[in-house]
Amino acid sequence: MLAEYYPVLLFMLVGTAIGVVPMALGRTVSLLLGTHRPDAEKNSPYECGFEAFEDARMKFDVRYYLVAILFILFDLEIAFLFPWAVVLNEIGLFGFLSMMVFLGILVVGFFYEWRKGALDWD
Amino acid sequence: MVDWILTRPDAWFGPVWGPAVFDTTANLAFIVAIVVPLLLCVAYLTLWERKFIGWIQIRIGPNRVGPLGLLQPIADGIKLLLKEIIVPTQASTQLFFVAPVMVLMPALAAWAVIPFAPEVVLADVNAGLLYLMAMTSLGVYGVIIAGWASNSKYAFLGAMRSAAQMVSYELAMGFSLVVVLMVSGSLNLSDIVNGQGRGSFAAKGLNFLSWNWLPLLPIVVVYFVSGVAETNRAPFDVVEGESEIVAGHMVEYSGMAFAMFFLGEYANMILISTLTAVMFFGGWQAPIDSALFNWLPPFGWLALKVFVVVTLFLWFRATFPRYRYDQIMRLGWKIFIPLTLAWIAVIGIWMQTPWSLWR
Repeated sequence: MLAEYYPVLLFMLVGTAIGVVPMALGRTVSLLLGTHRPDAEKNSPYECGFEAFEDARMKFDVRYYLVAILFILFDLEIAFLFPWAVVLNEIGLFGFLSMMVFLGILVVGFFYEWRKGALDWD
Repeated sequence: MVDWILTRPDAWFGPVWGPAVFDTTANLAFIVAIVVPLLLCVAYLTLWERKFIGWIQIRIGPNRVGPLGLLQPIADGIKLLLKEIIVPTQASTQLFFVAPVMVLMPALAAWAVIPFAPEVVLADVNAGLLYLMAMTSLGVYGVIIAGWASNSKYAFLGAMRSAAQMVSYELAMGFSLVVVLMVSGSLNLSDIVNGQGRGSFAAKGLNFLSWNWLPLLPIVVVYFVSGVAETNRAPFDVVEGESEIVAGHMVEYSGMAFAMFFLGEYANMILISTLTAVMFFGGWQAPIDSALFNWLPPFGWLALKVFVVVTLFLWFRATFPRYRYDQIMRLGWKIFIPLTLAWIAVIGIWMQTPWSLWR
């Protein structure tokens, strides 16, 4: 059972190597063959020619945070739906209706946040 | 000769370690057989994109490097390899180099569970679709880390936008996958493909009418459009919209580090196209069960479908103007999520009636 996932693990390692090796190669090859003249302006954060006048890690719109929170709620809901969907043909009408009750509660919450304007972006 | 090779691991590493070494080597060979053609596809997808968009705009496209420009991707690769990788002084160096790997690794590793033909799959696991969901969700970490580690305003804003957009459309994708799961009754991708080959149309040889796209028509559209938004492709590419935030989270990356983001994006496009083909268009199955169509091998059919879907991505890019960010969020939250939620109920009720297609 768990042995089936061994190739998956290997694939992740290979995927990581395919990310790491070319970058290491690019680092060395460009140092050896390319021009390498660092200076303060070149290595500063890109800001269309301006000098960076403050730290980039600034305040940001709270709506991004709100979206992230809502995402967690709905993603959990999807996680609950997955096992239910797999066996839907076996659990029949009762199983279907009980999940509809659960979904109904979530839809009420969804409409609440919609009416509250949590999904508006202007 | 073959026997001699197959017995070498046992002979060299003993009966305890021999099988493990054999297993690892065999799997690595399979992985290389997937990854090398995949990376070639990614390289030539960039050329196909430039050619195809060129034709749409009545231009010729790349045609200088090699015949028909066929060596262009290789020239681009060498150029990127030779370019200096600049690390901004303000950046968090370790995270700065972790981010491209975090984007590329899931885009490649997700291929472990894709069935290429009957019985041809690296890891035939039961939870294949769950694994795919997990892997496609991981990509957003790379983008956020890139935006944060760069410590640049464009990168930061791009990463915020990108993260919010990707998680929003991931919900729509997840709900679409739930609908597919309801009718397939399995998380295994081979089972999902096989399930599409059954039905009254398939019994008459008209396979393509039994595939999931027809009974789940709105879901196909939602899934594919969400896939376009998930990979940050045009018309949903405000994340890297060059006229407002330059290149978003990639702005500080150069050389090979940038190339990793690029590879990741294109690998993700091919991945989403393959998933669309596997879950809605019958995977490796031929559209009509007759000698004329069965002449092309199963893998050929899958490749053909993936090619068509991936070309749709490019067609979108050449056709549609960019969406505004609030329009993107409205489409994701106020149209796709209610639609997919309603469709879960519709398909669920359909499955309870005597006319259910999926017994």
